[in-house]
Amino acid sequence: MNATAQQGVNLRARDVCKSYDGQRVLNGIDFHVERGEVFVLMGPSGSGKTVLLKHLIGLEVPDRGEILIEGQPIHSPGVVDRYRLAMVFQSGALLNSLSVADNVGLYLSEHRLHPPETIARIVTEKLALVGLKGIENKLPSELSGGMKKRVSIARALVIEPQLILYDEPTSELDPLIAVTIGAEILRLNKRIHVTSIVVTHDRELAFGIADRIALMNEGELIALGPPDQVKANPHPLVQRFLQADFRFNPESITP
Amino acid sequence: MFQNVGEILMLLWRTAWALPMTWRQRRKVFDQLFEIGNASLLMACLLSLFIGGVLALQTGPVLAERGLTSFIGQIVGLSMCRELAPAMMAMLIAGRIGSSMAAELGSMTVYQEIDALRSMNINPIQYLVLPRLVAISLALPVLVVFSILIGWLGGAVVSVYNYQIAISYEGYFNSLRDGIDLIDVVNGLFKSAAFAVVIGLVSCHQGLHTIGGPRGIGRSVTKAVANSIILILILDYFLTRLLMHLD
Ligand SMILES: Nc1ncnc2c1ncn2[C@@H]1O[C@H](COP(=O)(O)OP(=O)(O)OP(=O)(O)O)[C@@H](O)[C@H]1O
Ligand SMILES: [Mg+2]
Repeated sequence: MNATAQQGVNLRARDVCKSYDGQRVLNGIDFHVERGEVFVLMGPSGSGKTVLLKHLIGLEVPDRGEILIEGQPIHSPGVVDRYRLAMVFQSGALLNSLSVADNVGLYLSEHRLHPPETIARIVTEKLALVGLKGIENKLPSELSGGMKKRVSIARALVIEPQLILYDEPTSELDPLIAVTIGAEILRLNKRIHVTSIVVTHDRELAFGIADRIALMNEGELIALGPPDQVKANPHPLVQRFLQADFRFNPESITP
Repeated sequence: MFQNVGEILMLLWRTAWALPMTWRQRRKVFDQLFEIGNASLLMACLLSLFIGGVLALQTGPVLAERGLTSFIGQIVGLSMCRELAPAMMAMLIAGRIGSSMAAELGSMTVYQEIDALRSMNINPIQYLVLPRLVAISLALPVLVVFSILIGWLGGAVVSVYNYQIAISYEGYFNSLRDGIDLIDVVNGLFKSAAFAVVIGLVSCHQGLHTIGGPRGIGRSVTKAVANSIILILILDYFLTRLLMHLD
C-alpha cells in the first residue's frame, strides 16, 4: 500500500452542469470536499443526487464545468487508478450472475492484482468488516436488500479507496444495521482517513456522521455548511426538508 | 433504427479492438457457448428436419410429374446450405440468444451493474460484449453445419416415404452429391458468421442502451430481435449478390 492510501483525497466540483434531453438535472454545482472529510448530500427525490455522484466518480461527463481530484481533472489519464475511487450504488448493483465472493473480489480478479487464494482471504476479511460471514457462495438473488447493500460496501472497500461515494447506504436497512453502517462509515473515515461523500434521506445518519452537509434541490445546492449551520439556515425549503415528519396535525387531513 | 447504425458500427470497432483480450475472457466465452448450445441445439435440429422435409414436399411432386426426380437431392441440398440453414438458424438464434443477451445486458444497465463495472475500471465491452460476440460467431456456423446435415436428412425421408415422390435414399444422396460443392457449404457458413456478428452487436447494443426501468428491458428485447431479423434479411440479399459475383 502506498503512502497516499492513508490520506484520502480532496475533491472539487466546479460549476458542474448536466442536461438530459434538454432537461437540466445539474445546474452549476460548485463545492469542495476536504481530505478525510465526511460530506453528506441530502435533497428531495429526483433532485439529481445520484447523477451528481456519477459525475464525481467519472461515470458521466458534465456538459459544462469539471471535477477535480487533488487538483487534477478526473478524466485525465491515471487519476481514477491512482486515487482509487469507489461507489456504493443505490440499488447495490451487485452482478447477479456472480456469487457474493466473486462480486466482492471482482476488482482484484479482473485486474489480476492478487492470486486467487489471497483474493479469497481479502474477500472474507472485507465481508467480516461489514458484519457478514459465511455467505461467500450465495448468489445476490439469495440475499436480503440490506445484505446486498453491505456486500456492495465490502466490494467498494476491496478497492482500498481514498474516496468512497455512498448512494443511500442505509435505505432498506433496519435501524440497527443502519446504525452499524453509519458507524462503519465513520470508522473507515477515522481509520484510513478515506474521504466520504454520503447521499442519504436519513436525517439522523446525516447529522450523526457529517462534517458538513449540503442540501440539493432541482440540481442546485441551496445550503452547505456544518450541521448546526445548515440546521439554522432560514431558507424555507431547507427548513421544510429538515423538519418534515410524520406527526401530522389530524385536523389538516381531510378524509 | 437506422440512427443506431453508427453506434453499432462503433461498438463493432471497439469490440474488434478488444479481440486480443479474448484469451483472458475464455471462461466466459465457454460459458456463453454452453448456454447457446443448450438453448438452441434441440430446437435447431427439429427446425432443420422440418425445413428439409417441407422443401422436398413442395418441390418433389412437381419434379416427379415431369420425371425430374433426380434433381430433388440437389435442390433440397443447395437451398439448405446456401440459404435456408444460415437464414433460419440466424432467426432462431436472434430469437433465442439475441433476446436473452439484450435482456441480460438491459437489466444490468437498468440496475446500475454496468455503472458498477465501470466504476471499478472494468470495461463492459471487454467484460460483457466481447465474450458474447466471440461465442455467437463461433456457435452459429457450427449450428448451421448441423442444420444443413439434418435438413438434408429431412429432405431424404420425405423424398423416400412420400408416395408422390418415392425415390430411393441412394438416388437422393447421389443427386445431392453431384449437385453440391464444398464451396456451397462454405458460402453458407460465411453468411452465417456475418449474421452472428449482426445478432450479437444489435442485441448487446440494444441492451447497453436500455433506458426507463424494467419496462425498458422488454422494449430492448423486442427491438433487438426485430432489428436483428430485419438486418439479417437485408444483409442476406447483398451477401448473396456478393458471393454470386465472387463465384
Ligand atoms: N441517464 C439519464 N437520462 C435521462 N434522465 C436522467 C438520467 N439519469 C437521471 N435522469 C434524471 O435526472 C433526475 C435526477 O435523478 P437522480 O437519480 O439523480 O435523482 P436522485 O436525487 O438520486 O433521487 P432519489 O433520491 O430518488 O434517488 C431525474 O429526473 C431523472 O429522471
Ligand atoms: Mg438517487
